[in-house]
Amino acid sequence: MTARGRLWLFLVGAAAFAMVFVTACFSLPPFGSVHHPYGERAVRAALSHHTANVIASVNFDLRALDTLGEETILFAAVLGTVVLLRQTADEQRTRPEPAVVRPRVRWFALAMLPFAMLIGLYVIAHGQISPGGGFQGGVVTATALHLLYLAADYRALERVRPVPLYEIGDAAGEAAYVVTGLGALLAGSAFLANVLPLGTFATLSSGGTVILLNAAVGIEVTSGIVVLLARFLDQAVEIGHADDGNDHGNDGKERV
Amino acid sequence: MTDVLIVVALLLVAGAATAAVLNRDPVRQALVLSFLGLALALLFTFLQAPDVALSQLAVGSAVTPLMILLTVRKVRRRPGDSTDKGRER
Amino acid sequence: MTVLPYLIAGWIFLIGVYGLVTSRNLIHAVGCLAVAQSSTYVLLLAVGYRRGGTAPVFSDAPTDSRVVDPVVQALALTDIVVGATVTALLLALVVQLRKRHGTVDPDALSELKG
Repeated sequence: MTARGRLWLFLVGAAAFAMVFVTACFSLPPFGSVHHPYGERAVRAALSHHTANVIASVNFDLRALDTLGEETILFAAVLGTVVLLRQTADEQRTRPEPAVVRPRVRWFALAMLPFAMLIGLYVIAHGQISPGGGFQGGVVTATALHLLYLAADYRALERVRPVPLYEIGDAAGEAAYVVTGLGALLAGSAFLANVLPLGTFATLSSGGTVILLNAAVGIEVTSGIVVLLARFLDQAVEIGHADDGNDHGNDGKERV
Repeated sequence: MTDVLIVVALLLVAGAATAAVLNRDPVRQALVLSFLGLALALLFTFLQAPDVALSQLAVGSAVTPLMILLTVRKVRRRPGDSTDKGRER
Repeated sequence: MTVLPYLIAGWIFLIGVYGLVTSRNLIHAVGCLAVAQSSTYVLLLAVGYRRGGTAPVFSDAPTDSRVVDPVVQALALTDIVVGATVTALLLALVVQLRKRHGTVDPDALSELKG
């Protein structure tokens, strides 16, 4: 199909979509309305399970099976990326040369690194009582680790970040989620039911299985994002074509 | 007052999304996407969704643009051609 | 104001799809897909907003206070993180295409027939 034909097809489709969508918008409850039947029921269910953060309760308790599906998509996507970005036979690895970093950048990144890691872990651990949880904290922790790449260079990052360990972590997080669900079966309840003691409302130990599932997701997301970024960094910095003899990766950084 | 903030954030998001699509160069697009992530996080905060805002802030303004930039760097690196290396960062 | 957030979500979706249709670079197309995807978050959270409500976290709020809808927030939250990994998968496919066919222009690809 030509570019012009494609554009016309899009314009016709977009016009039809816009018409239906705008009509639907005017039939929706108005923005900010007070009528939220599902929300009210979710809040009641979360409070009865002693979980202060209702969103964590929806994700890891009320709709835990749904989150298992989401986690499996995440796992499959990471697996697919790892397979697609592996080093093939006609490619070779070149060691990136050490890069020089401006002292101010180095000190700032090194000073931020422990704080960012700590915030990430805090966000994972407090998912059941304050905004946050495994999904968000996992991304923060994984991204924080890469401040080391800014502070020093790729080789320093490779030394402190054993990728195979994170690949195992990704699988272990997924497995831990399923095992927690099966544990509920052994306890004589339904798959992924909340069978643990619910604890005192709004304390770190409240929420029953929400804590375990939250931690499992935290491990999986942290490991998954680290593995993804490692694969992309490998491709961009280290792996080159075999014909490319004189290409020494320059570490992705401008020299100072 | 909240309504005004929400409208401003909505317009910011719409503008950033349009700019992200109309910037045909992937490197510039990555930077605009990063700004879009920030604007979305702001909007979600005003909509009383701190969980979603945190998630969007980490993913939208850091992880996705970083992966796009790394892909651009990989794709632009031709065998034997060292002229455009490192230009993307 | 009663429908503006919904209309903006629709606009973000359409402009994202427009970018996908007219893109001459697959990396740019993946970015446009990310834009189109973000429209779903805006729509979900706009539907769940309740005027005068606070975030649905009860650590330091009375349990009978008015809160916004937590269900749609939970949906958007997981999708953002999962969406990022799917974006990574698509970018990995682009890298593979570049290795196999030497181009990231979708129009040049269709002429190759696999």
